[in-house]
Amino acid sequence: MNDALIRTHDVAVELGGRPVLRGIDLAVSAGEVVAVLGANGSGKSTLVRTLLGLVPTVRGQVDLFGTPLDRFRSWERVGFVPQRATATSGVPATVGEVVAAGRLSRRTPFVPLRRADRAAIAAAAEAVGLGGRLRDGVSTLSGGQQQRVLIARALAGEPELLVLDEPTAGVDVQSQQAFADALRGLVRRGATIVLVAHELGPLADLVGRAVVMRDGRLVYDGPPLAAFTDADHVHHHQVANPGSDHWPSVASPLDPPPRELDR
Amino acid sequence: MSILAYDFVIRALLGAVFTGLAAPAVGTYLVQRRLSLMGDGIGHVAVTGVALGLLTGAAPLLTAVIVATLGAVAIEVIRSRGRTTGDVALALLFYGGIAGGVMITGLAGESAAVLQRYLFGSISTISAGEVWMTIGLAAVVVVIAVGLSPQLFGVAQDEEFARVAGLRVGAYNLLIAVMAAVTVTVAMRTVGLLLVSALMVIPVATAQQVTSGFRVTLFAAMGLGTLASLGGVLTSAYIAVAPGATIVLLALAGFVAAYPVGVLLRHRRHAQMPFLESAAGFSAAESHTAAPETHEHQHGPDCGHRAVPHGDHVDYVHDGHRHAAHGSHYDEH
Repeated sequence: MNDALIRTHDVAVELGGRPVLRGIDLAVSAGEVVAVLGANGSGKSTLVRTLLGLVPTVRGQVDLFGTPLDRFRSWERVGFVPQRATATSGVPATVGEVVAAGRLSRRTPFVPLRRADRAAIAAAAEAVGLGGRLRDGVSTLSGGQQQRVLIARALAGEPELLVLDEPTAGVDVQSQQAFADALRGLVRRGATIVLVAHELGPLADLVGRAVVMRDGRLVYDGPPLAAFTDADHVHHHQVANPGSDHWPSVASPLDPPPRELDR
Repeated sequence: MSILAYDFVIRALLGAVFTGLAAPAVGTYLVQRRLSLMGDGIGHVAVTGVALGLLTGAAPLLTAVIVATLGAVAIEVIRSRGRTTGDVALALLFYGGIAGGVMITGLAGESAAVLQRYLFGSISTISAGEVWMTIGLAAVVVVIAVGLSPQLFGVAQDEEFARVAGLRVGAYNLLIAVMAAVTVTVAMRTVGLLLVSALMVIPVATAQQVTSGFRVTLFAAMGLGTLASLGGVLTSAYIAVAPGATIVLLALAGFVAAYPVGVLLRHRRHAQMPFLESAAGFSAAESHTAAPETHEHQHGPDCGHRAVPHGDHVDYVHDGHRHAAHGSHYDEH
């Protein structure tokens, strides 16, 4: 199977000296829609960030479009929606400016936006239901609308592979629906999608394959089960294993150290 | 005779205009990354550079550019490695730079008065060569800041996204740091090393009171910086005040004038923010409690209270409530 867009072999990742991912073997083929599920701290976010080269591996190899990650240059084929609460920064920016950042992988420095760039930006904003708001400041939008701006930014690059890290966390119903519609349009065009999610919600009928993480390992890989659309399934692990969090804990010096549970 | 007939006034005006253009251009990216005080940190480090120039007999402008660039790169490396927080890194360089500068100036046998020319600026003693150097360096900074603005904006706005877009994030971050260092040293003869950061940050803060876009903010800040610089030099040509301080105070006056407008605009925008639809998973019963309140009037399009479309009905906002008529009572939403 050489046509895999993403292929990992025996990948391991450490963050701050702690193992976060172990023995990850994963292959995603063109046209697949894969949901990465798991409890908080199971490593699902780290997994997709590793696939994009944002987190260094300590063992194993990641290939994107058949090219090892460190030699991969065709970033215009990849779109990314990071896990973020807002689309704002220290200086105001319009919706159009943030979405335009999605074209950076296809632009030449010092060359202004071409007609194709403008068309892609307008189409991406339209796809998430923000077509008329390109000139509005991002900070005037609700949290869900800001998340939609970040999705439009990824769509503007017209990617073949779209990677989304918890795109629907804390997003209002209206935005979740707009988001599901945008993904549906992308899937129709034959795009490949990998998304991290707590629960599938309105995306359930789109997802063809589910990958479940637990304690940094892949524990399930197959068709999404009915249980995954139920939020309780995911939260159940979180309640049962509060000490299994592999993220380095962020605490002030006066906080008590995180409790290690025997398992 | 007009003051413009004096060569030193012309030189001062040229230096001020180009400094006023370049400083806010770089400052916009620093503010965007919430590193407003980076210019100040670099300015303090540049003091050591100036002192090295005094000690060795080399041109202080040259040694200041070199040392400031090294300091800016050090700040960037410390920041990006995350070894220590950005503000601690800045503090270390602040104090190291100032202390080093004062000590080396003493070793060079120069008095503090010489150093003061660089700390607070002395635009009227700027030489023709220095004016050309100022114009050249400032022009390069402006061309990069404007020409590469999509890339620099993308990197400053979201580093991880920029990385996945294939941009060389580290290189762009270093570019910003070097541009900041060059701007600081260029501006040291105009407003002085201790005040240069003000010219980088205040015009941006003023502009963003009324703007909602990044490019608009960038250009407005450059315009405001130029106005403040020109105004400061002209003022100091007529009355005996320090040009650097006058430039900064004029920029601050602009901010004070723009701030109330900004408060008004933000208030209006905030009132127009959409209310969130209740997220999936919240029960409808939870967000719909009946309010046991009587009303003197029926809410309607003409009642004067703000109307919010909400699903199949319209809510009205008044006295901290947002609710809709439901039969004989009101539902809180």
